[in-house]
Amino acid sequence: MKYIDEFRDGERARALGKAIAAAASTDRDYRLMEFCGGHTHAVFRYGVPDLLPGNVELIHGPGCPVCVLPIGRLDMAVRLASENPEVILASYGDMLRVPGSKGVSLMKAKADGADVRMVYSVSDALELAQAHPDRRVVFFGIGFETTTPPTALGILQARDRGIDNFSVFCNHVLTPAAMNAILAVGEGDEPVEVDGFIGPAHVSVVIGSDAYRFCAAHHHKPVVIAGFEPLDVLQSILMLIEQLNAGRAEIENQYTRAVTPVGNQRAQAIVQQVFERRPSFEWRGLGDIPESALRIRDEFSQFDAERCFNMHYQYARGTKSCDCPAILRGVKKPTDCKLFATSCTPDNPLGSCMVSDEGACAAYYTYGRFRQQAEAEQRRQKQQREKRRAIR
Amino acid sequence: MQYDKGNHDAMAEAGRRQARKLDLVNGKVDMSHGAGGRAMADLVDMLFRQAFDNPMLNRGDDQASFDVDAGRMVMTTDSFVISPLFFPGGDIGSLAVHGTVNDLAMGGAVPLYLTAGFILEEGFRLADLARIVDSMAAAAREAGVAIVTGDTKVVERGKGDGVFINTAGVGRVPAGLALGGDCARPGDKVIVSGTIGDHGVAIMSLRKGLRFATELCSDSASLNHLVAAMVAENGPALRLMRDPTRGGLAATLNEIAHQSGVGVRLEEASLPVREEVKGACELLGLDPLNVANEGKLIAIVAPEAADAMVAAMRSAPCGEDAAIVGEVIEDELRLVRMSTAIGGERVVDWLHGEQLPRIC
Repeated sequence: MKYIDEFRDGERARALGKAIAAAASTDRDYRLMEFCGGHTHAVFRYGVPDLLPGNVELIHGPGCPVCVLPIGRLDMAVRLASENPEVILASYGDMLRVPGSKGVSLMKAKADGADVRMVYSVSDALELAQAHPDRRVVFFGIGFETTTPPTALGILQARDRGIDNFSVFCNHVLTPAAMNAILAVGEGDEPVEVDGFIGPAHVSVVIGSDAYRFCAAHHHKPVVIAGFEPLDVLQSILMLIEQLNAGRAEIENQYTRAVTPVGNQRAQAIVQQVFERRPSFEWRGLGDIPESALRIRDEFSQFDAERCFNMHYQYARGTKSCDCPAILRGVKKPTDCKLFATSCTPDNPLGSCMVSDEGACAAYYTYGRFRQQAEAEQRRQKQQREKRRAIR
Repeated sequence: MQYDKGNHDAMAEAGRRQARKLDLVNGKVDMSHGAGGRAMADLVDMLFRQAFDNPMLNRGDDQASFDVDAGRMVMTTDSFVISPLFFPGGDIGSLAVHGTVNDLAMGGAVPLYLTAGFILEEGFRLADLARIVDSMAAAAREAGVAIVTGDTKVVERGKGDGVFINTAGVGRVPAGLALGGDCARPGDKVIVSGTIGDHGVAIMSLRKGLRFATELCSDSASLNHLVAAMVAENGPALRLMRDPTRGGLAATLNEIAHQSGVGVRLEEASLPVREEVKGACELLGLDPLNVANEGKLIAIVAPEAADAMVAAMRSAPCGEDAAIVGEVIEDELRLVRMSTAIGGERVVDWLHGEQLPRIC
């Protein structure tokens, strides 16, 4: 496949690293949030932090769909699959291992007899429904704007083909609403210090770069939409630093090979046709955010599992002393959590950030365990820098 | 019934007629093929014994009997429960031979004899079984090993997955070799015998729900001839060898690091990965380091002997793309690290759970 190695070229990466070091002013720190879990994954998989100067810090955002789903919603799925023998719950694989209340994951429910199947797409779930006309197949729909259009299409296809034993448990969420919530911290919350955003890649292909205008207009924070390759990430960091140095707050697009200002309008239209905004939705780590998630419109209510099965949301607390909520807001680092790499590991995850490859904790653990000492050193140096600046 | 010779001949003739009834074109496995009676004997005679043909098996005893030389023997066993049974570049039969031959060869041994145990599901097509058995026989011939004893069982429909195969094997270790998982030392070089991830991606391309078109074939192969060339080149310089099957290169190197109490540093840029494998992994969000291989080995080799070892491997079968991909380092944490192509560093971890395509 062409165009993989080109975006991982060592020489170009080192040149960008040097350019970043030259551009970054030693008088300040740059706190840049990569919103999307895909970027978090890429940052650690390729060792991007090793190419950055100490005062350019990457903060890992909440853009991992598995990580931000509140435990109460997962419990709903577990109950649905456990209490209804006629139900086949079709879910993306990532979701199966997330522990719900009392540690019960979909995987455990499956071992206890619930019929939970891993699927790669909504069309697999449709096929399941057609293959099992005597059962009721529920697709566990989660994800940001990237997975939402396929779910919408699945519902439209079910309607057109008359597949009436198929429904969707909809948990699709919206990126701009979450970014807004991170910046608009309420009273009493620990403030999130973010100077700018590395904007999502695939999400932006769907929603377009114009969708982030509010960041610049209302919060005066720059956004640079970046591809998922290491050179993309490095270049977007350089672009953000240049904006910050110049006091600019603009929406820039590094990922021009895929993202346009208006996005994929056909996908948007399908989503609009099938879904509408929920008045409010709970996010793990971010709490209730108004108009931040989608539900199925009334005219498609026969495909809405929440209505078909009379499902109700009940708030559920996460593991005590699990720092996932603070980590998802970028206030804490995975290594700040007492459970990290002790009782919480990818093999035995206690918090959602340790489950998905895109979760900050899993990425830290899998790719960057050796960094803990280096980070302690970095923190020490940062304190020294701040002291020196205070003296000046 | 009174016995006389005429009756005996008639019974023998009837037996032969019945034997001819084993229909390898349209027939299916039924419960009688595992019941210990005539039908089972026919299956063994017409299928297994003809395909595996060797004096030890042909004796028809309950055990194979052979003399052993003085020295060290190795022994191993492996069960094969794969789906799909046939894949580009091989099938469960060839895999069952390659897997066990390779486990023996990784000890530096010359594989000698294999056993073959079949668990067949009622209703399995005899034509498919014949194809699998022929493929096993061909793989054994190619590796230079004999399948000297076996077993057949049949389970009811729904209690198996077509066919499960177990193979066990014994081999002889040449004098002067001292390989072991705890023998890696800081400074040693890590050699991989060829491109990684071919088998896993070839299998994944056939999996339900993932199907994608690729010309990629599994790398399934016996590595004993390659190992023989390596032992001939410089046996004493070999610290240990492993075949990175399930869990891929990452799992195998982590095992070695733990057993030897060392770390490993890989160079991403030197890892041999086919373009097709890179592309498929990219699409599916997988890492070639975690993907299974069935015809590759990792060798940990004394540093001064590494270049000559790679050269010897490159002129041996299955070693054409051999390369030094990293080295053993001192590390209390026993981590496998990798210098990435862009100049960063990361841990190469065991796989957690099953490797699954990512959501975004």
